[in-house]
Amino acid sequence: MARIGVFICHCGTNIASVVDVEKVAQAAKSMPGVAFATDYKYMCSEPGQAMIKQAIEEHHLDRIVIGSCSPRMHELTFRKMLKATNVNPYMLEIANLREQCAWVHTDRAKATEKAINLVRMSVAKVGNNKPLHTSMIPITKKALVIGGGIAGIQAALDIADCGFDVTIVEKEPSIGGHMVMLDKTFPTMDCSACISTPKMVDAGAHPNITLKTYCEVESVSGYIGNFEVTIKEKTKFVNHDLCTGCGLCQTKCPTKVISEFNQGMSKRPAIYIPFAQAVPSKPVIDENACLKLTKDKCGICEKICPLGAINYKDEVRYTKEQFGAIVVATGYELADWKKMYPEYGGGRYEDVITGLQFERLVNASGPTEGHIVRPSDGKEPKDVVIVKCVGSRDPKKGKSYCSRACCMYSAKHAHQILDKIPGSRVYIFYMDVRTPGKGYEEFYDNTRRDGAQYIRGRVSKIYKEDDKLIVKGEDSLLGRPVTVEADMVILATAMEPAPKIEEVVQKLGISMDKDKWIQEAHPKLRPVETQSAGIFLCGTCQGPKDIPDTVAQASAAAAKVAAILCHDEMETSPMISSVDQTKCSGCGFCVPTCPYKAISLVEVPGRDGNRKVTKKVAQVNEGLCQGCGCCNAACRTGCIDLKGFTNDQILKEVDALCL
Amino acid sequence: MSIKKDNNWEPRILAFCCNWCTYTGADLAGLNRMKYPENVRVIRVPCSSKVNPQFVLRAFQKGADGVLVCGCHPGDCHYSTGNYFTRRRFMLLQRLLEYNGIDPKRFQAKWISGSEAAKFRDTVAEVSAQIKALGPNNKFVGAHYDNTVMEKEAEGGKD
Repeated sequence: MARIGVFICHCGTNIASVVDVEKVAQAAKSMPGVAFATDYKYMCSEPGQAMIKQAIEEHHLDRIVIGSCSPRMHELTFRKMLKATNVNPYMLEIANLREQCAWVHTDRAKATEKAINLVRMSVAKVGNNKPLHTSMIPITKKALVIGGGIAGIQAALDIADCGFDVTIVEKEPSIGGHMVMLDKTFPTMDCSACISTPKMVDAGAHPNITLKTYCEVESVSGYIGNFEVTIKEKTKFVNHDLCTGCGLCQTKCPTKVISEFNQGMSKRPAIYIPFAQAVPSKPVIDENACLKLTKDKCGICEKICPLGAINYKDEVRYTKEQFGAIVVATGYELADWKKMYPEYGGGRYEDVITGLQFERLVNASGPTEGHIVRPSDGKEPKDVVIVKCVGSRDPKKGKSYCSRACCMYSAKHAHQILDKIPGSRVYIFYMDVRTPGKGYEEFYDNTRRDGAQYIRGRVSKIYKEDDKLIVKGEDSLLGRPVTVEADMVILATAMEPAPKIEEVVQKLGISMDKDKWIQEAHPKLRPVETQSAGIFLCGTCQGPKDIPDTVAQASAAAAKVAAILCHDEMETSPMISSVDQTKCSGCGFCVPTCPYKAISLVEVPGRDGNRKVTKKVAQVNEGLCQGCGCCNAACRTGCIDLKGFTNDQILKEVDALCL
Repeated sequence: MSIKKDNNWEPRILAFCCNWCTYTGADLAGLNRMKYPENVRVIRVPCSSKVNPQFVLRAFQKGADGVLVCGCHPGDCHYSTGNYFTRRRFMLLQRLLEYNGIDPKRFQAKWISGSEAAKFRDTVAEVSAQIKALGPNNKFVGAHYDNTVMEKEAEGGKD
């Protein structure tokens, strides 16, 4: 027979002012199985806990009910307390008398009645509780970082510096991401490449970091501490073990295609190293452009490679690896404004460019070696219009969110144009100017002082007249239309998640928000965790942000990963499903309900009369099960049940509430 | 059984709330000191998909006047897909109950996130008023199904 102790907390006056706590404790005494009941001012306090421990000893209690605040608040506190007694920490139920009773009701009699009811429910449930024990699973002391932009690099470096092995998987031939494309970074105007390339080199040279460039994550299985990841290595057609990165092949390749790195403003060969400071600084062959691979002609690179590193018969390779934790840092792309804004020319005018194209244009290592010229005719522009919020804050055509970095980089672009082209004029069409960051407002002020003209309003049309781009917009402060004759237009286009984000999210079993940014576990208190244990996120895959925020988040994610990898093994929650295999009919209905693929059918020896046979039964992988209980309701024989929330326990709760 | 016209009569409503969304939302309602009727009792479950149709039938059998199943918004389930199962199971069970003469208002599913304290309050108030208007539930009440009898019969059959 169960010996239940009931402890009703006053919570100062929080509960006691509305609920007659003494009456509740008195009523609890007559509930079935209750051996002891009392009330106290603060159960969670040191003396409160001491009192419970004493009562457990004196009255030989084997399970307890605490009527207090929400179990989300103090369930762990009281479980820890029970660890110090001879009662199992899971022989505990909490009746929520504060958040769901005292705080939401005013009528003392009715609230007291409800409180008694809630305590009766918990008493009925705890009577069916069984001692549960946590188990330990070993941890693979290795992390996977998906994405080799500044977020991924920073996270990998921090994890590696803690002494753990890290693998970076990057889909492009080089790590570096978007940051390495940028010219200067606001508000300090330090050169982006000068601060990001040393980090790329560090990541490439770090003894604990393995770079897997031109690779993608193919599939992920397993769970925190023990993920099994299949990595797909795309065909490079160049043996990077032999290649020294001399670059001879690049210079001789006869094919020229549009350079992704220079945002389409220059050409690159079919065998290419994407940019001079690439890490690893070794080429890959673009199989869609290479003459040898498409038409079986040419073959020059193979002939001239002094090391024989070219291999046209290269194949996609898959490798399986174990990881203890995963960091997602897949970053962003700029939204395609051409479809969203046909009124801005829809891509017909070469001199209407995006912010990222301007970054390449103004970059000393870019296609024009840093000279700001019009892509159409190579002339220096005198009048430049910058249009902000192209796609951002425009739910009808683009995205509803603010892309956060555009206000600042637009101010930076204006500053750079005014600085580099004497006598130039810059007009910035804006909705609001948002500068929430250290030194940002000052930077914006300086840009205005430099002479940038801020016009509050949207641009309705851009069209070409002779040599000029006519920008028609509205000055909403003066309430009248504005026309600017511009030589070049820069669009501050919206950020959006990397194109294959859905695939990544699906493979990892994490979730996205309505705009396809990866959903964090809690927007304030768990900003770098995902809903899946052991998978973290950082950088712009979570939402638009600038470089300082990205780097801060990357280090935060690294700290979270280190906190897992520093242990040899970890405790798992015992509140998971288990199968009574003697009752299981092997129908397999539970298998597809599990979001974690934790249930599988296994063959076990059984009997059919006197005959020995093998039968199929369900089995739960304790490491994978997260304890949702979805499979329980699918089971026809009721043999699969969630420990801590068994069908019996809940039926007892239902019965008690209906008394 | 005739429905008593008693103005003091309070319905008995059971609400199965998932731990991650609705239970948190209910806690938040408390934190914000929102007020709602006392006649709703919350049973905490890890996920709304844990709610077995058996729990609902048992509640009506034991005299509950209404049952609510609450979980995260579809697409936002803490366990990715749990509430999709809840939604389908709910649809079926609601129709089955309606076929058996239980007003669909007595058995409802609501999606309330952890931040929607006001929605929790409004839902409870609304459902409570609806069920109060319907009067007490007398379907299934007292319909007793004794498991032990069946088990004994099954054992007897073996001999």
